[in-house]
Amino acid sequence: MSFWRNVIAITWKDALSQMRTKELVSSVLVFTLLVIVIFNFAFGASQETMRLVAPGILWVTFAFAGVLSLNHSFILEKEEGCLEGLMVCPISREVIYVGKMLGSLLFMLIIEAIALPIFAFLFNLILSLQLVVITVLTTVGFVAVGTLFSALAVNTRAREMVLPILFLPIVVPIIICAVRASGLALSGEPWGSLSSWLQIIGAFDVIFLVVSFLIFAFVIEE
Amino acid sequence: MEGTSPASQAWAIQVQGLTKSFGNHLALRGIDLEVRQGEFVVIFGPNGAGKTTLIKVLATIMNPSSGRVLVNGLNLKNNAEEIRRRIGVVTHQTFLYGNLTTYENLEFYSRMYDVPRLKERIHEVVSMVGMTSRLYDRVGTLSRGMQQRLSIARSLLHKPAIMLLDEPEMGLDQPAISMLWKALEIEGEGKRTIILTTNNLERGFELGDCLLILDKGKIVYQRSTQALDLADLKQAYQHSTRLEHELLA
Repeated sequence: MSFWRNVIAITWKDALSQMRTKELVSSVLVFTLLVIVIFNFAFGASQETMRLVAPGILWVTFAFAGVLSLNHSFILEKEEGCLEGLMVCPISREVIYVGKMLGSLLFMLIIEAIALPIFAFLFNLILSLQLVVITVLTTVGFVAVGTLFSALAVNTRAREMVLPILFLPIVVPIIICAVRASGLALSGEPWGSLSSWLQIIGAFDVIFLVVSFLIFAFVIEE
Repeated sequence: MEGTSPASQAWAIQVQGLTKSFGNHLALRGIDLEVRQGEFVVIFGPNGAGKTTLIKVLATIMNPSSGRVLVNGLNLKNNAEEIRRRIGVVTHQTFLYGNLTTYENLEFYSRMYDVPRLKERIHEVVSMVGMTSRLYDRVGTLSRGMQQRLSIARSLLHKPAIMLLDEPEMGLDQPAISMLWKALEIEGEGKRTIILTTNNLERGFELGDCLLILDKGKIVYQRSTQALDLADLKQAYQHSTRLEHELLA
């Protein structure tokens, strides 16, 4: 139980800190909405074109917004040596990983919850339950591995550049699956035709979570 | 089994053949060190001597490359979490979150250390460092010295028996320095074991029971303060390091 109590304390601390500054929320939200609006103007009003390009636009937007927020996740811990402060606490390194990961996940889901209805409205698409499930599942995998790479990149000098270079090639497979699944969902296909993509995304989630959980201690200690 | 014999219980810290390397660079080259319960050990050394690395290894922030470290008889390799319960760490970085208030920071760390009756304990440690009036101010709005005082309060939350202090006086004014040492004094649970790194020879000589000089990752000098005077220490420092002018000028 103390594992989850400590995880919640770390997640709560991150959420509180983000709420206080609002700098990350506002920058990621503005970025997300700006990209959606620009693409909306670029591709005009043809319904067919919209349906074709919308999944790609959605996931390019979420991927880059995710990189922005993940970059910030450990910068918060780097200031005043707070990561070392966490490391001298009598908690396992895994608690730090799960706490930070849930903090980033919560943040990303809030951004997506705001952006998805706006996206559906501007692109004249129906926001289905399928799309919501795909978004949540993909974000879990994305954040799981992103938290690990964020911890790795924070100790480098050009961390803003290092994170996307290391991280995006790893998450490309799950993003491709999300684009394909979102395309089907936006075309109104039934759950059955999505299931194989959802299974692959789910498998990536499990792999990313387990691997990141296991090697996080090594990453922050070395 | 380590940690159970009365002999090992007499030692707060035992280090044997400790090395730490970063790539090809050896930061610690076979450190052997024994610190008794309640002893005050001061480590001097020029910049880059390995003082901070040694503190980070003892604090379980870094893994040693080789060697054995026992804290209260517990092997650091297998008992890191238990060891962390017994140590308090203060460095020139405060480990505090600028967007959170004094209270929120201490509450967060109290939860991490599972501190019982945390509200009472927070008020106790805050009053020890004279920060009661700033309890609900954001840490980012406090002066550097106040943040450092708060960092000392943070390190004392769980009443650690061993304190690792890496240049803790940095950024503190004279009253705050006095407050630091007063706060570290007995808190009803016997004398604390303290390991302090500093570049201030006079201060270290005044405080310590045992003085070490670390140079290029090795202990090159080790004496009890009873067995030498300050002039001897300065001379030893001059002989032991090549950067003596930085400190003694």
